[in-house]
Amino acid sequence: MAIPKTIGIETEFGITHRGVDDPDPITASSILIGAYVAATHQYVAGGGSPVSWDFIDETPGLDARGYAPTGSMAPVVETHLVNAVLTNGARYYVDHAHPELSTPECADALSGVRFDRAAEIIAQRSMEATSAILPPGEEIVLYKNNSDGKGNSYGCHENYLVDRSTPFGEIVTHCTTHFVTRQIYTGAGKVGSEVAGVPASEVPFQLTQRADFFEEEVGLETTLKRPIINTRDEPHADARKYRRLHVIVGDANMSEVATFLKVGTTAILLALIEDKALPRRIEFASPVAAIRQVSADMSLARTLEMADGTTATALDIQWELLEACSNYVAQRGTDNTGGPTAEAVLQRWEQVLTSLSSDPMTLSTQLDWVAKYRLLEGYRERHGLGWDHPRLRAMDIQYHDLRPSKSLAARVGLETLVGIDEATAGVTDPPSDTRAYFRGECLKRYRADIVAANWDSMVFDIGADALRRVPMMEPLRGTREHMARLFDESDSAADLLRRLGK
Amino acid sequence: MAEREHVQKPAPTRRESEATSAPAKSERGEEIKSELDDLLDEIDEVLETNAEEFVKSYIQKGGE
Repeated sequence: MAIPKTIGIETEFGITHRGVDDPDPITASSILIGAYVAATHQYVAGGGSPVSWDFIDETPGLDARGYAPTGSMAPVVETHLVNAVLTNGARYYVDHAHPELSTPECADALSGVRFDRAAEIIAQRSMEATSAILPPGEEIVLYKNNSDGKGNSYGCHENYLVDRSTPFGEIVTHCTTHFVTRQIYTGAGKVGSEVAGVPASEVPFQLTQRADFFEEEVGLETTLKRPIINTRDEPHADARKYRRLHVIVGDANMSEVATFLKVGTTAILLALIEDKALPRRIEFASPVAAIRQVSADMSLARTLEMADGTTATALDIQWELLEACSNYVAQRGTDNTGGPTAEAVLQRWEQVLTSLSSDPMTLSTQLDWVAKYRLLEGYRERHGLGWDHPRLRAMDIQYHDLRPSKSLAARVGLETLVGIDEATAGVTDPPSDTRAYFRGECLKRYRADIVAANWDSMVFDIGADALRRVPMMEPLRGTREHMARLFDESDSAADLLRRLGK
Repeated sequence: MAEREHVQKPAPTRRESEATSAPAKSERGEEIKSELDDLLDEIDEVLETNAEEFVKSYIQKGGE
Protein backbone atom coordinates (compact mmCIF):
# COMPACT_ATOMS: atom_id res chain seq x y z
CA MET A 1 0.00 0.00 0.00
CA ALA A 2 1.41 3.34 -1.06
CA ILE A 3 2.44 5.68 1.75
CA PRO A 4 2.73 9.48 1.56
CA LYS A 5 6.01 10.39 -0.11
CA THR A 6 8.18 12.37 2.27
CA ILE A 7 11.07 13.69 0.19
CA GLY A 8 14.38 15.49 0.54
CA ILE A 9 17.19 16.76 -1.69
CA GLU A 10 20.91 16.71 -0.81
CA THR A 11 23.19 18.98 -2.82
CA GLU A 12 26.97 18.88 -2.85
CA PHE A 13 28.18 22.19 -4.20
CA GLY A 14 31.25 22.64 -6.35
CA ILE A 15 33.66 25.00 -4.56
CA THR A 16 36.62 27.17 -5.57
CA HIS A 17 38.87 29.27 -3.38
CA ARG A 18 40.26 32.13 -5.44
CA GLY A 19 43.30 34.18 -4.60
CA VAL A 20 45.26 31.43 -2.84
CA ASP A 21 48.08 29.38 -4.34
CA ASP A 22 47.16 25.90 -3.23
CA PRO A 23 43.46 25.86 -2.44
CA ASP A 24 42.19 23.05 -0.23
CA PRO A 25 38.49 22.32 -0.74
CA ILE A 26 37.97 20.83 2.72
CA THR A 27 39.38 23.94 4.38
CA ALA A 28 37.38 26.19 2.04
CA SER A 29 34.17 24.26 2.78
CA SER A 30 34.81 24.50 6.52
CA ILE A 31 35.46 28.25 6.33
CA LEU A 32 32.30 28.74 4.28
CA ILE A 33 29.93 26.83 6.54
CA GLY A 34 31.60 28.16 9.67
CA ALA A 35 31.12 31.71 8.40
CA TYR A 36 27.42 31.12 7.72
CA VAL A 37 26.84 29.43 11.06
CA ALA A 38 28.56 32.31 12.88
CA ALA A 39 26.83 35.05 10.89
CA THR A 40 23.37 33.59 11.48
CA HIS A 41 24.01 32.74 15.12
CA GLN A 42 23.32 29.04 14.67
CA TYR A 43 24.91 28.50 18.07
CA VAL A 44 24.05 26.84 21.33
CA ALA A 45 23.77 29.87 23.57
CA GLY A 46 26.62 29.91 26.07
CA GLY A 47 28.22 26.86 24.51
CA GLY A 48 29.83 28.60 21.59
CA SER A 49 29.55 25.61 19.29
CA PRO A 50 26.85 24.97 16.71
CA VAL A 51 24.24 22.37 17.47
CA SER A 52 25.98 19.30 16.25
CA TRP A 53 24.79 16.40 14.21
CA ASP A 54 24.32 13.20 16.16
CA PHE A 55 25.75 10.22 14.29
CA ILE A 56 24.37 7.49 16.49
CA ASP A 57 21.75 6.44 13.92
CA GLU A 58 23.93 6.79 10.83
CA THR A 59 24.56 3.44 9.20
CA PRO A 60 25.35 4.20 5.57
CA GLY A 61 26.82 0.73 5.03
CA LEU A 62 23.49 -1.08 5.33
CA ASP A 63 22.36 -2.49 2.02
CA ALA A 64 18.72 -2.57 0.88
CA ARG A 65 19.27 -5.98 -0.62
CA GLY A 66 19.89 -7.27 2.89
CA TYR A 67 23.61 -7.94 2.64
CA ALA A 68 26.87 -6.12 2.08
CA PRO A 69 28.51 -7.50 -1.07
CA THR A 70 32.10 -8.57 -0.52
CA GLY A 71 34.50 -5.85 -1.54
CA SER A 72 31.90 -3.08 -1.75
CA MET A 73 32.89 0.20 -0.18
CA ALA A 74 30.49 1.58 2.39
CA PRO A 75 30.54 5.38 2.44
CA VAL A 76 32.69 6.86 5.19
CA VAL A 77 30.98 9.33 7.51
CA GLU A 78 33.42 12.08 8.42
CA THR A 79 32.51 13.16 11.94
CA HIS A 80 35.26 15.68 12.61
CA LEU A 81 34.15 18.28 10.08
CA VAL A 82 31.75 21.19 10.39
CA ASN A 83 28.26 19.89 10.77
CA ALA A 84 25.31 22.08 11.61
CA VAL A 85 21.56 21.74 11.94
CA LEU A 86 19.67 24.82 10.80
CA THR A 87 16.42 26.28 12.09
CA ASN A 88 14.70 25.37 8.81
CA GLY A 89 15.36 21.73 9.69
CA ALA A 90 18.17 21.27 7.15
CA ARG A 91 21.61 19.80 7.71
CA TYR A 92 24.60 21.82 6.45
CA TYR A 93 27.99 20.16 6.56
CA VAL A 94 31.30 19.32 4.93
CA ASP A 95 31.03 16.07 3.02
CA HIS A 96 34.26 14.79 1.50
CA ALA A 97 35.61 17.90 -0.21
CA HIS A 98 32.33 19.77 -0.72
CA PRO A 99 29.86 21.79 1.29
CA GLU A 100 26.62 19.83 1.32
CA LEU A 101 23.14 20.92 2.23
CA SER A 102 20.37 18.40 2.89
CA THR A 103 16.94 19.98 2.79
CA PRO A 104 14.49 19.30 5.59
CA GLU A 105 11.90 16.59 4.98
CA CYS A 106 9.26 17.90 2.55
CA ALA A 107 5.73 16.61 2.04
CA ASP A 108 5.49 17.24 -1.70
CA ALA A 109 7.49 18.23 -4.78
CA LEU A 110 6.60 21.93 -4.58
CA SER A 111 7.86 22.07 -1.01
CA GLY A 112 10.98 20.27 -2.25
CA VAL A 113 11.50 23.01 -4.84
CA ARG A 114 11.02 25.68 -2.18
CA PHE A 115 13.64 24.22 0.14
CA ASP A 116 16.00 23.51 -2.74
CA ARG A 117 15.76 27.20 -3.61
CA ALA A 118 16.23 28.08 0.09
CA ALA A 119 19.42 25.99 -0.02
CA GLU A 120 20.68 28.20 -2.87
CA ILE A 121 19.97 31.31 -0.82
CA ILE A 122 21.84 29.77 2.14
CA ALA A 123 24.76 29.10 -0.22
CA GLN A 124 24.66 32.71 -1.40
CA ARG A 125 24.55 34.06 2.14
CA SER A 126 27.42 31.74 3.04
CA MET A 127 29.54 33.23 0.25
CA GLU A 128 28.70 36.74 1.50
CA ALA A 129 29.51 35.84 5.11
CA THR A 130 32.79 34.32 3.91
CA SER A 131 33.75 37.44 1.92
CA ALA A 132 33.45 39.45 5.11
CA ILE A 133 36.11 37.37 6.88
CA LEU A 134 38.54 36.46 4.08
CA PRO A 135 41.60 38.63 3.37
CA PRO A 136 41.24 41.05 0.44
CA GLY A 137 41.80 39.33 -2.89
CA GLU A 138 40.39 35.99 -1.74
CA GLU A 139 36.96 34.66 -2.56
CA ILE A 140 35.14 31.36 -2.07
CA VAL A 141 32.65 30.59 -4.84
CA LEU A 142 29.98 27.88 -5.02
CA TYR A 143 28.61 26.12 -8.09
CA LYS A 144 25.43 24.05 -8.21
CA ASN A 145 26.60 21.50 -10.76
CA ASN A 146 27.82 17.91 -10.70
CA SER A 147 31.05 17.72 -12.66
CA ASP A 148 34.31 19.61 -13.14
CA GLY A 149 34.55 18.50 -16.78
CA LYS A 150 37.69 16.52 -15.95
CA GLY A 151 36.15 13.28 -14.76
CA ASN A 152 35.33 14.30 -11.19
CA SER A 153 31.70 14.22 -10.12
CA TYR A 154 29.79 15.14 -6.97
CA GLY A 155 26.16 14.48 -6.33
CA CYS A 156 22.68 15.83 -5.96
CA HIS A 157 20.77 13.06 -4.22
CA GLU A 158 17.04 12.66 -3.81
CA ASN A 159 15.35 10.77 -0.99
CA TYR A 160 11.90 9.26 -0.95
CA LEU A 161 10.15 7.43 1.89
CA VAL A 162 8.70 4.14 0.67
CA ASP A 163 6.82 1.26 2.23
CA ARG A 164 9.25 -1.30 3.65
CA SER A 165 7.05 -4.16 2.41
CA THR A 166 7.54 -3.22 -1.25
CA PRO A 167 9.99 -5.72 -2.76
CA PHE A 168 13.23 -3.89 -3.52
CA GLY A 169 13.51 -5.71 -6.84
CA GLU A 170 10.32 -3.98 -8.03
CA ILE A 171 11.79 -0.60 -7.15
CA VAL A 172 14.99 -1.50 -9.02
CA THR A 173 13.13 -2.52 -12.18
CA HIS A 174 10.72 0.38 -12.51
CA CYS A 175 12.96 3.13 -11.16
CA THR A 176 15.75 2.15 -13.55
CA THR A 177 13.31 2.65 -16.42
CA HIS A 178 12.35 6.06 -15.09
CA PHE A 179 15.85 7.25 -14.20
CA VAL A 180 17.21 6.40 -17.65
CA THR A 181 14.38 8.15 -19.48
CA ARG A 182 13.56 11.12 -17.20
CA GLN A 183 16.95 12.57 -18.21
CA ILE A 184 15.18 14.21 -21.16
CA TYR A 185 13.76 16.81 -18.76
CA THR A 186 15.95 16.51 -15.64
CA GLY A 187 19.30 17.01 -17.40
CA ALA A 188 21.30 20.12 -16.53
CA GLY A 189 23.28 19.95 -19.79
CA LYS A 190 27.02 19.52 -20.31
CA VAL A 191 29.60 20.33 -22.96
CA GLY A 192 31.46 17.20 -24.11
CA SER A 193 31.83 13.76 -22.59
CA GLU A 194 33.85 12.51 -19.62
CA VAL A 195 33.78 8.87 -20.66
CA ALA A 196 37.33 7.74 -21.47
CA GLY A 197 37.85 7.45 -25.20
CA VAL A 198 34.77 9.41 -26.28
CA PRO A 199 35.98 12.44 -28.28
CA ALA A 200 34.24 15.82 -28.00
CA SER A 201 33.36 15.56 -31.68
CA GLU A 202 31.19 12.55 -30.91
CA VAL A 203 29.31 14.19 -28.00
CA PRO A 204 29.68 17.98 -28.33
CA PHE A 205 26.82 18.58 -25.88
CA GLN A 206 24.77 16.16 -23.79
CA LEU A 207 21.61 16.35 -21.73
CA THR A 208 23.07 15.54 -18.30
CA GLN A 209 26.05 16.20 -16.06
CA ARG A 210 25.92 12.78 -14.45
CA ALA A 211 25.26 10.02 -17.00
CA ASP A 212 28.97 9.65 -17.82
CA PHE A 213 29.68 8.51 -14.26
CA PHE A 214 27.33 5.51 -13.97
CA GLU A 215 28.91 2.11 -14.46
CA GLU A 216 26.66 -0.35 -12.60
CA GLU A 217 22.96 -1.14 -12.45
CA VAL A 218 22.60 -1.68 -8.68
CA GLY A 219 25.01 -1.20 -5.77
CA LEU A 220 25.98 0.42 -2.50
CA GLU A 221 28.77 2.69 -3.73
CA THR A 222 28.33 6.39 -4.36
CA THR A 223 31.87 7.53 -5.17
CA LEU A 224 33.20 4.90 -7.55
CA LYS A 225 31.54 2.44 -9.89
CA ARG A 226 28.38 4.42 -9.29
CA PRO A 227 25.14 2.44 -9.68
CA ILE A 228 21.91 3.69 -11.29
CA ILE A 229 20.06 2.32 -8.25
CA ASN A 230 21.81 2.96 -4.94
CA THR A 231 21.04 0.38 -2.26
CA ARG A 232 21.90 2.36 0.87
CA ASP A 233 19.34 1.18 3.42
CA GLU A 234 19.24 3.80 6.13
CA PRO A 235 15.63 4.92 6.56
CA HIS A 236 16.15 7.58 9.28
CA ALA A 237 12.70 6.43 10.41
CA ASP A 238 11.01 3.30 11.72
CA ALA A 239 12.90 0.64 9.77
CA ARG A 240 10.14 -1.92 10.21
CA LYS A 241 7.73 0.28 8.26
CA TYR A 242 9.87 2.40 6.00
CA ARG A 243 12.64 2.36 3.49
CA ARG A 244 14.37 5.52 2.24
CA LEU A 245 15.11 5.28 -1.44
CA HIS A 246 18.41 7.15 -1.90
CA VAL A 247 18.62 8.29 -5.52
CA ILE A 248 22.09 9.31 -6.67
CA VAL A 249 21.59 9.36 -10.42
CA GLY A 250 20.13 12.84 -10.94
CA ASP A 251 21.59 16.23 -11.82
CA ALA A 252 21.39 19.30 -9.60
CA ASN A 253 18.99 21.67 -11.32
CA MET A 254 19.04 25.43 -11.56
CA SER A 255 15.55 25.29 -13.11
CA GLU A 256 12.70 24.98 -10.62
CA VAL A 257 10.55 23.28 -13.24
CA ALA A 258 13.23 20.59 -13.69
CA THR A 259 13.51 20.01 -9.93
CA PHE A 260 9.72 19.91 -9.66
CA LEU A 261 9.45 17.27 -12.38
CA LYS A 262 12.47 15.28 -11.19
CA VAL A 263 11.05 14.87 -7.69
CA GLY A 264 7.34 14.97 -8.55
CA THR A 265 7.33 12.29 -11.25
CA THR A 266 9.53 9.99 -9.18
CA ALA A 267 7.29 10.34 -6.11
CA ILE A 268 4.18 9.41 -8.10
CA LEU A 269 5.90 6.51 -9.82
CA LEU A 270 6.96 5.12 -6.44
CA ALA A 271 3.32 5.09 -5.31
CA LEU A 272 2.45 3.02 -8.38
CA ILE A 273 5.27 0.61 -7.57
CA GLU A 274 4.05 0.25 -3.98
CA ASP A 275 0.50 -0.40 -5.19
CA LYS A 276 1.61 -2.71 -8.02
CA ALA A 277 -0.24 -0.42 -10.41
CA LEU A 278 2.19 -0.41 -13.33
CA PRO A 279 0.68 -2.34 -16.23
CA ARG A 280 3.96 -3.90 -17.35
CA ARG A 281 7.71 -4.06 -16.81
CA ILE A 282 9.76 -1.94 -19.19
CA GLU A 283 13.34 -3.19 -19.12
CA PHE A 284 16.41 -2.19 -21.10
CA ALA A 285 18.79 -4.68 -22.66
CA SER A 286 21.58 -2.68 -20.97
CA PRO A 287 20.55 0.09 -18.55
CA VAL A 288 24.11 1.49 -18.27
CA ALA A 289 24.45 1.78 -22.06
CA ALA A 290 20.92 3.22 -22.21
CA ILE A 291 21.53 5.97 -19.63
CA ARG A 292 24.54 7.24 -21.59
CA GLN A 293 22.77 6.90 -24.92
CA VAL A 294 19.80 8.96 -23.76
CA SER A 295 22.07 11.65 -22.33
CA ALA A 296 24.11 11.89 -25.52
CA ASP A 297 21.12 12.11 -27.86
CA MET A 298 19.87 15.67 -28.19
CA SER A 299 17.57 14.63 -31.04
CA LEU A 300 15.64 12.44 -28.54
CA ALA A 301 15.02 10.19 -31.54
CA ARG A 302 17.46 7.32 -31.19
CA THR A 303 15.82 4.08 -30.12
CA LEU A 304 16.93 2.06 -27.11
CA GLU A 305 17.25 -1.71 -27.13
CA MET A 306 14.80 -3.33 -24.76
CA ALA A 307 15.27 -6.62 -22.92
CA ASP A 308 12.41 -8.22 -24.89
CA GLY A 309 14.07 -7.44 -28.22
CA THR A 310 11.87 -4.46 -29.11
CA THR A 311 13.05 -0.86 -29.32
CA ALA A 312 11.71 2.40 -27.89
CA THR A 313 12.78 6.01 -27.44
CA ALA A 314 13.09 7.67 -24.02
CA LEU A 315 10.11 9.82 -25.01
CA ASP A 316 7.98 6.73 -25.85
CA ILE A 317 8.72 5.33 -22.41
CA GLN A 318 8.03 8.61 -20.61
CA TRP A 319 4.65 8.88 -22.36
CA GLU A 320 3.84 5.37 -21.20
CA LEU A 321 4.86 6.13 -17.59
CA LEU A 322 2.86 9.38 -17.66
CA GLU A 323 -0.21 7.52 -18.85
CA ALA A 324 0.13 4.93 -16.08
CA CYS A 325 0.61 7.66 -13.45
CA SER A 326 -2.35 9.70 -14.75
CA ASN A 327 -4.61 6.66 -14.65
CA TYR A 328 -3.47 5.86 -11.13
CA VAL A 329 -4.16 9.36 -9.84
CA ALA A 330 -7.54 9.45 -11.62
CA GLN A 331 -8.55 6.19 -9.95
CA ARG A 332 -7.02 6.53 -6.50
CA GLY A 333 -6.60 10.22 -5.86
CA THR A 334 -3.52 12.03 -4.66
CA ASP A 335 -3.46 11.22 -0.93
CA ASN A 336 -0.15 9.40 -1.19
CA THR A 337 1.44 11.34 -4.02
CA GLY A 338 1.48 14.89 -2.70
CA GLY A 339 -2.14 16.12 -2.87
CA PRO A 340 -2.90 18.94 -5.33
CA THR A 341 0.80 19.12 -6.19
CA ALA A 342 0.48 15.72 -7.89
CA GLU A 343 -2.11 17.16 -10.30
CA ALA A 344 0.28 20.01 -11.12
CA VAL A 345 3.11 17.52 -11.68
CA LEU A 346 1.01 15.49 -14.13
CA GLN A 347 -0.01 18.60 -16.05
CA ARG A 348 3.53 19.89 -16.31
CA TRP A 349 4.84 16.44 -17.19
CA GLU A 350 2.38 16.17 -20.09
CA GLN A 351 3.09 19.70 -21.29
CA VAL A 352 6.86 19.14 -21.24
CA LEU A 353 6.64 15.80 -23.07
CA THR A 354 4.40 17.44 -25.67
CA SER A 355 6.99 20.16 -26.27
CA LEU A 356 9.87 17.68 -26.28
CA SER A 357 7.96 15.70 -28.92
CA SER A 358 7.56 18.69 -31.23
CA ASP A 359 10.28 21.29 -30.56
CA PRO A 360 12.45 20.91 -27.43
CA MET A 361 13.92 24.40 -27.94
CA THR A 362 10.57 25.93 -26.89
CA LEU A 363 11.44 24.72 -23.36
CA SER A 364 14.37 27.12 -22.97
CA THR A 365 12.76 28.81 -19.97
CA GLN A 366 11.78 25.52 -18.32
CA LEU A 367 14.55 22.94 -18.68
CA ASP A 368 18.22 23.45 -17.83
CA TRP A 369 19.71 21.50 -20.70
CA VAL A 370 17.64 23.43 -23.25
CA ALA A 371 18.39 26.80 -21.64
CA LYS A 372 22.11 26.04 -21.50
CA TYR A 373 22.24 24.63 -25.02
CA ARG A 374 20.47 27.62 -26.56
CA LEU A 375 22.73 30.07 -24.77
CA LEU A 376 25.93 28.26 -25.72
CA GLU A 377 24.78 27.54 -29.29
CA GLY A 378 23.82 31.21 -29.72
CA TYR A 379 27.23 32.33 -28.46
CA ARG A 380 29.01 29.71 -30.56
CA GLU A 381 27.25 30.81 -33.74
CA ARG A 382 27.80 34.49 -33.10
CA HIS A 383 31.54 34.06 -32.52
CA GLY A 384 32.17 31.15 -34.89
CA LEU A 385 33.53 28.85 -32.16
CA GLY A 386 33.86 25.07 -32.14
CA TRP A 387 32.23 23.10 -29.34
CA ASP A 388 35.67 22.35 -27.89
CA HIS A 389 36.44 26.05 -27.35
CA PRO A 390 37.31 26.87 -23.71
CA ARG A 391 34.85 29.77 -23.75
CA LEU A 392 31.95 27.31 -24.08
CA ARG A 393 33.28 25.07 -21.33
CA ALA A 394 33.67 28.15 -19.13
CA MET A 395 30.07 29.18 -19.82
CA ASP A 396 28.93 25.64 -19.00
CA ILE A 397 30.47 25.96 -15.52
CA GLN A 398 29.37 29.55 -15.08
CA TYR A 399 25.74 28.61 -15.79
CA HIS A 400 25.82 27.05 -12.30
CA ASP A 401 27.69 29.87 -10.50
CA LEU A 402 25.55 30.73 -7.46
CA ARG A 403 26.67 34.35 -7.24
CA PRO A 404 23.75 36.38 -8.60
CA SER A 405 26.22 38.76 -10.28
CA LYS A 406 27.82 35.89 -12.23
CA SER A 407 25.19 33.17 -12.65
CA LEU A 408 24.25 32.56 -16.27
CA ALA A 409 21.22 30.50 -15.21
CA ALA A 410 19.92 33.64 -13.50
CA ARG A 411 20.03 35.42 -16.89
CA VAL A 412 18.18 33.01 -19.18
CA GLY A 413 14.67 33.78 -17.94
CA LEU A 414 13.93 30.50 -16.15
CA GLU A 415 10.34 30.17 -14.98
CA THR A 416 9.90 30.03 -11.20
CA LEU A 417 7.30 28.05 -9.27
CA VAL A 418 8.05 29.46 -5.83
CA GLY A 419 7.99 33.15 -4.93
CA ILE A 420 11.20 34.70 -3.61
CA ASP A 421 9.51 35.54 -0.28
CA GLU A 422 8.45 31.93 0.21
CA ALA A 423 11.92 30.68 -0.65
CA THR A 424 13.56 33.21 1.66
CA ALA A 425 11.25 32.25 4.54
CA GLY A 426 12.46 28.68 3.95
CA VAL A 427 15.99 29.77 4.88
CA THR A 428 14.97 30.16 8.53
CA ASP A 429 11.57 28.44 8.91
CA PRO A 430 11.01 24.70 8.61
CA PRO A 431 8.23 23.11 6.53
CA SER A 432 5.05 23.03 8.62
CA ASP A 433 3.89 19.62 7.48
CA THR A 434 6.70 17.16 8.39
CA ARG A 435 8.78 16.33 11.48
CA ALA A 436 11.25 18.99 10.29
CA TYR A 437 8.81 21.42 11.94
CA PHE A 438 9.57 19.88 15.34
CA ARG A 439 13.33 19.96 14.71
CA GLY A 440 13.38 23.53 13.42
CA GLU A 441 11.04 25.00 16.02
CA CYS A 442 12.94 23.31 18.87
CA LEU A 443 16.14 24.87 17.51
CA LYS A 444 14.48 28.28 17.35
CA ARG A 445 12.89 28.09 20.80
CA TYR A 446 15.15 26.00 23.02
CA ARG A 447 18.55 26.08 21.39
CA ALA A 448 20.36 26.46 24.73
CA ASP A 449 18.98 23.12 25.88
CA ILE A 450 19.65 21.11 22.71
CA VAL A 451 22.91 19.20 22.56
CA ALA A 452 22.42 17.20 19.39
CA ALA A 453 20.00 16.59 16.56
CA ASN A 454 19.68 14.19 13.68
CA TRP A 455 16.98 13.17 11.24
CA ASP A 456 15.09 10.94 13.64
CA SER A 457 15.80 12.33 17.10
CA MET A 458 16.68 15.37 19.19
CA VAL A 459 18.75 15.28 22.37
CA PHE A 460 18.06 17.76 25.17
CA ASP A 461 20.07 18.68 28.25
CA ILE A 462 17.68 20.22 30.77
CA GLY A 463 19.98 20.14 33.76
CA ALA A 464 20.36 17.78 36.67
CA ASP A 465 19.76 14.30 35.32
CA ALA A 466 20.53 12.37 32.15
CA LEU A 467 20.25 13.76 28.63
CA ARG A 468 16.78 13.29 27.15
CA ARG A 469 16.44 11.88 23.67
CA VAL A 470 13.19 12.52 21.81
CA PRO A 471 12.79 9.99 19.00
CA MET A 472 11.12 11.17 15.77
CA MET A 473 10.63 7.89 13.95
CA GLU A 474 7.54 9.04 12.01
CA PRO A 475 8.45 11.61 9.33
CA LEU A 476 4.93 13.02 9.22
CA ARG A 477 4.54 13.51 12.99
CA GLY A 478 5.70 16.62 14.79
CA THR A 479 4.01 18.93 12.28
CA ARG A 480 2.63 22.37 13.08
CA GLU A 481 -0.82 20.84 13.33
CA HIS A 482 0.43 18.44 16.03
CA MET A 483 2.80 20.77 17.79
CA ALA A 484 1.80 24.44 17.56
CA ARG A 485 -0.24 24.48 20.77
CA LEU A 486 2.30 22.45 22.68
CA PHE A 487 5.07 24.84 21.68
CA ASP A 488 2.97 27.88 22.61
CA GLU A 489 2.32 26.44 26.04
CA SER A 490 5.95 25.45 26.69
CA ASP A 491 8.21 28.26 27.84
CA SER A 492 11.20 25.97 28.17
CA ALA A 493 12.53 22.70 26.84
CA ALA A 494 11.83 21.21 30.28
CA ASP A 495 8.17 22.26 29.93
CA LEU A 496 7.98 20.74 26.47
CA LEU A 497 9.54 17.45 27.54
CA ARG A 498 7.20 17.24 30.51
CA ARG A 499 4.19 17.72 28.24
CA LEU A 500 5.57 15.15 25.82
CA GLY A 501 5.93 12.73 28.75
CA LYS A 502 9.70 12.48 28.37
CA MET B 1 -8.11 6.78 1.66
CA ALA B 2 -10.63 9.62 1.89
CA GLU B 3 -13.76 9.05 -0.09
CA ARG B 4 -14.13 11.36 -2.97
CA GLU B 5 -15.50 11.49 -6.44
CA HIS B 6 -12.91 11.12 -9.10
CA VAL B 7 -13.68 12.43 -12.49
CA GLN B 8 -12.14 10.07 -15.00
CA LYS B 9 -9.83 12.15 -17.08
CA PRO B 10 -8.82 11.00 -20.52
CA ALA B 11 -5.34 9.53 -20.45
CA PRO B 12 -2.69 11.76 -21.94
CA THR B 13 -1.87 10.98 -25.50
CA ARG B 14 1.20 11.82 -27.42
CA ARG B 15 0.66 14.98 -29.41
CA GLU B 16 2.60 15.79 -32.50
CA SER B 17 2.91 19.49 -33.18
CA GLU B 18 -0.57 20.57 -34.12
CA ALA B 19 -1.20 23.05 -36.88
CA THR B 20 -3.55 25.12 -34.72
CA SER B 21 -0.90 25.87 -32.10
CA ALA B 22 1.83 26.72 -34.59
CA PRO B 23 1.35 30.52 -34.91
CA ALA B 24 1.35 31.09 -31.14
CA LYS B 25 4.37 28.91 -30.78
CA SER B 26 6.45 30.67 -33.41
CA GLU B 27 5.51 34.03 -31.90
CA ARG B 28 6.81 32.84 -28.56
CA GLY B 29 9.82 31.42 -30.39
CA GLU B 30 10.58 34.87 -31.86
CA GLU B 31 10.24 36.44 -28.45
CA ILE B 32 12.65 33.94 -26.91
CA LYS B 33 15.08 34.46 -29.78
CA SER B 34 15.09 38.21 -29.34
CA GLU B 35 15.64 37.81 -25.59
CA LEU B 36 18.57 35.52 -26.36
CA ASP B 37 20.04 38.11 -28.74
CA ASP B 38 19.82 40.78 -26.04
CA LEU B 39 21.51 38.46 -23.56
CA LEU B 40 24.30 37.63 -26.00
CA ASP B 41 24.85 41.37 -26.59
CA GLU B 42 25.68 41.96 -22.96
CA ILE B 43 26.98 38.61 -21.75
CA ASP B 44 30.69 39.32 -22.27
CA GLU B 45 30.53 41.70 -19.33
CA VAL B 46 29.77 38.88 -16.88
CA LEU B 47 31.79 36.04 -18.41
CA GLU B 48 34.97 34.93 -16.67
CA THR B 49 37.75 36.94 -18.31
CA ASN B 50 40.28 34.21 -19.03
CA ALA B 51 38.16 31.25 -20.10
CA GLU B 52 41.04 28.87 -20.65
CA GLU B 53 42.62 29.55 -17.25
CA PHE B 54 39.21 29.44 -15.54
CA VAL B 55 38.35 26.05 -17.04
CA LYS B 56 41.79 24.69 -16.21
CA SER B 57 41.60 25.80 -12.59
CA TYR B 58 38.07 24.49 -12.03
CA ILE B 59 39.10 21.20 -10.46
CA GLN B 60 36.89 19.40 -7.94
CA LYS B 61 37.50 16.37 -5.83
CA GLY B 62 34.97 13.61 -6.29
CA GLY B 63 32.19 13.69 -3.76
CA GLU B 64 29.23 11.76 -2.33
